[in-house]
Amino acid sequence: MSESPKKVMITVRKAPHGSIYVQEAIEVMFIVASFGMELSVAFIDDGVLALKSGQDTGELGIKGFMASLGALTDFEVTKVYADQQSLDDRNLSEDDLVFIGEDEETEEPVKAKITSSENIAKMMAEQDSIMSL
Amino acid sequence: MKLTILILEGPYNHQASDSAYQLIQASLASGHEIHGVFFYHDGVYNVNKQMDPPQDDRHIANRWAELGKSGIDIVVCIAAAKRRGITDEVLVPDTRISGLGQLAKMTMESDRLVVFGD
Repeated sequence: MSESPKKVMITVRKAPHGSIYVQEAIEVMFIVASFGMELSVAFIDDGVLALKSGQDTGELGIKGFMASLGALTDFEVTKVYADQQSLDDRNLSEDDLVFIGEDEETEEPVKAKITSSENIAKMMAEQDSIMSL
Repeated sequence: MKLTILILEGPYNHQASDSAYQLIQASLASGHEIHGVFFYHDGVYNVNKQMDPPQDDRHIANRWAELGKSGIDIVVCIAAAKRRGITDEVLVPDTRISGLGQLAKMTMESDRLVVFGD
């Protein structure tokens, strides 16, 4: 094990409700963050749809993950990114996105940071491991 | 190189488990170390001993048991397993159920994490 904390990125690329991938990916985020690794999370492709606000799986009879998503920062999952191109392709903008918790210092509600694919690629290159869930 | 393998899809329906198995064989033959194998999502079905495929096909669960017997740590996520009815009683030998923390630990201790999904 190296001295500095390992850098791990979790990527979420699948659409939210037709499968359990996103929900179980969020469970991994909570655990990895609790292990003192430097975690970042990137929502890409259909994965950005998970960040759209106002979703309710109640009538599907599925518990869903919106509550967990709204508490990411409480579980030290703070470096959360959404791919600009993926949002553009799906007609989504920052206004459409859910809050993922509060800023630790300002206590203001925060959203995933929208960033370019190039920037996400750069971050990927810096990781020790990438978990594509 | 020290590798951790993460498998996300179930047996037969997807190739993830087969590809992972082939990569492990090739890695071992090339002198790499497999630090552990972790099953998540439907991947937990890969070590269900109740599977009984046609005799002229590969037995996926037994493959993982053999790797487990050779000393590789084969771990099934407990949260994913509980959702899908995978318990200690249905596991093939030399595999075990543990928490997601094991995945975090294996990842931390390895040079590379290789993910097999769909």
